[in-house]
Amino acid sequence: MTALLALNALTVAYGKLHAVQDVSLQVAQGERVCLIGANGAGKSTLLKTVGGLLQPRSGSIHFASQSIGSLPGHAIVARGLALVPEGRGIFNRLSVLENLELGAWLRRDRAAVRQEIATICERFPRLGERRNQPAGQLSGGEQQLLAIQRALLSRPRLLLLDEPSMGLAPMMVEAVFSSLLDAHRGGITLLLVEQNAQLALTHTDRGYVMESGRITMENTSAALHDDPQVRAAYLGVGSL
Amino acid sequence: MRRRQRSAWIAGTLLAIGLACLPLLLQIGLGRSWVRIADLALLYTLLALGLNIVVGYAGLLDLGYIAFYAVGAYVYALLDSPQFGLHWPLWAVLPLGAASAALFGVLLGAPTLRLRGDYLAIVTLGFGEIIRIFLNNLNAPVNITNGPQGISLIDPLHFGTISLAAPHRLAGLTLSPPLQYYYLFLACVLVVVFIALRLQDSRIGRAWAAIREDELAAAASGIPVRNVKLLAFAMGATFGGLAGGLFAGFQGFISPESFNLMESVMVLCMIVLGGMGHVPGVILGAVLLTVLPEALRMLGDWQLNHLGRVVADPDDLRMLLFGLALIAMMLFRPAGMLPSPRHRREWRKDARP
Repeated sequence: MTALLALNALTVAYGKLHAVQDVSLQVAQGERVCLIGANGAGKSTLLKTVGGLLQPRSGSIHFASQSIGSLPGHAIVARGLALVPEGRGIFNRLSVLENLELGAWLRRDRAAVRQEIATICERFPRLGERRNQPAGQLSGGEQQLLAIQRALLSRPRLLLLDEPSMGLAPMMVEAVFSSLLDAHRGGITLLLVEQNAQLALTHTDRGYVMESGRITMENTSAALHDDPQVRAAYLGVGSL
Repeated sequence: MRRRQRSAWIAGTLLAIGLACLPLLLQIGLGRSWVRIADLALLYTLLALGLNIVVGYAGLLDLGYIAFYAVGAYVYALLDSPQFGLHWPLWAVLPLGAASAALFGVLLGAPTLRLRGDYLAIVTLGFGEIIRIFLNNLNAPVNITNGPQGISLIDPLHFGTISLAAPHRLAGLTLSPPLQYYYLFLACVLVVVFIALRLQDSRIGRAWAAIREDELAAAASGIPVRNVKLLAFAMGATFGGLAGGLFAGFQGFISPESFNLMESVMVLCMIVLGGMGHVPGVILGAVLLTVLPEALRMLGDWQLNHLGRVVADPDDLRMLLFGLALIAMMLFRPAGMLPSPRHRREWRKDARP
C-alpha cells in the first residue's frame, strides 16, 4: 500500500527556530488521521507546510506519489489537497455564497459547482438562509462549517484541518465533526490537527503525538486513547 | 424583467445624449475653458479607474501610480515630437505607451508584491519618485528626455492627417479642439468603464476580492496570489499609460514636474473620496476633484471684484478647503460618497448580530 501523503524527515524552521524537526508521517487513502499535541508543538506549522503556505527547510513531502514540497499553495490545491486554515480563514466581508464560489475557483464545471453549492445550502440551512450576508456575521461554528464546505468545493482527495474545534460551542463541535465524517464517507481522506485530544482520538483511525517539533508516538487512535502517558498528558485523566 | 431592460435602455440613451451635449452646453454657458476642464476630468477619470483596479479591487496600496501615467506620456512625447524627429501614428503610439506602462507595472510588481500594506505603499512611493527623477536626469550623457525642460511641441492627437488641435466642421457645426478631445476621451473612458465593470464580476475580479480579504485563505483556495496581484498591477498600469499618452497629445508639452507625488496622492484621493472599488463612485470622485479646484480658482476673481484685492490666495484656499473636505468625508462617509455595497459593509461598525 502506498500512502496518499508521505512526509519524510521534514524540517521546517523560522530563522533559527526549528518548529518542526525530522518528522516522518504517512496517511493512507481513505484514512482519518489526527495529530495531537500541546500548544506550540509545531502542529500548525507542519500542516501549513504540507498545504504549501510555508516552505520546508529539508525533507520531502509526497502526495499521490509526487513530490509537492516545493510547490506554492495554489498549485497544491490543484493537485487535490485542501487546507482549512487555523482560525478558519473566512473572507469576512464577502457573502457566504461568494466564499463558497471561491472554494471552487480552480474548477471550470460551473453547472456542477452551482449544483453542489445548492446542496450545501440545503444541508446547512443556516448557511443557506444567510447566503447573501457577509460571512463575518456568522457564528464561529457556522464559519467553521462554511470553511470546511468551501475547502470541499475544490474537490480534494485529502482535507487538512487545523484546529477545527477551536473556540466552538459543544453543539457546534458536534456539527462540525459530523460534517467531517460525512465528507469521509464521501471518500475524502482526513488529516486533522487538534488540541482537543479526546475529540480527535474518538473521531479518527490513527494518531500521532507531537512534542516540541518531533513526533513522539504513533498508534491507532483507540490505543493512544488508552495509553497511560497520553491519558495523563493530553486527556487530563489517569494517575498523578 | 423586460420592463427593467427597457428602463435601463432609456436611462442609457438619456445618459448618452447628456454626455454628448454636455460640452456644447459648457461652451455656451461657461466658455471654452470649461470644455478643457471637462477634458481633464475625463483624463483623471481614466487614471482613477486604473488605480481603482489596484487599490479598490485588489487592495494593494499604490502611492506611485502617477509613474505609469508618466511612462505613457513620455512614450507618446518621444515618438511624436521634434525631440527625435519621430511622428508615429496614434494607433501605434497609444498602445505602445499603454504596453510600456504595463511592463513597468510588472517590473515594479515582481520584486515587491511579497510586501504587504504599509511596506508596499512605501516601495511604490519610492518607485514613483525614481521614475520622475530618472525623467529629470535623462538628458545626459545622452539627451533622451530633455531633463527638467520637458518635451514641447508634441504632436497633437491626430488620426492620419486629421489633427484634433485644429477645428473641424461637421454637419454645419464647428467643433473646436477641446470639443474634439472631449469626444475622444469620452470614448476611451467608456471603453475603460466597460472593462472595469466586466473585470469586477469576472473570475479574476473575485480572486482580487479574496486577496484583499485574506491572502493566506486565497492561496488555500487555489488562487495563484502572486500572478493575480501582478495582473492587477499590469491592468492598472495599462490604463494609466493610456491616459498618459492622451495627456501628452492633449497638452502638447510635458515635463517631469507634471508627474510628482502630489498627483499620485490626488488620484488616490479621488478613489477614496468617491468610493473605493465602485466604478460610479470613482468617476464621481475624479470629476469632483478636477472640477472643484478649478471652480475655486474663480474665488480669486470674486475677491478682486468685491473686496478690491486678493485676501486669500485661491491656490492656498484650494488646498485648505480640500483638506477640510477630506476630513469631513472621513468623519461622515468613510466609505466614500458612492460606496460599493461591499465596502459599505466593511465600514459598518461591528455588523455582528
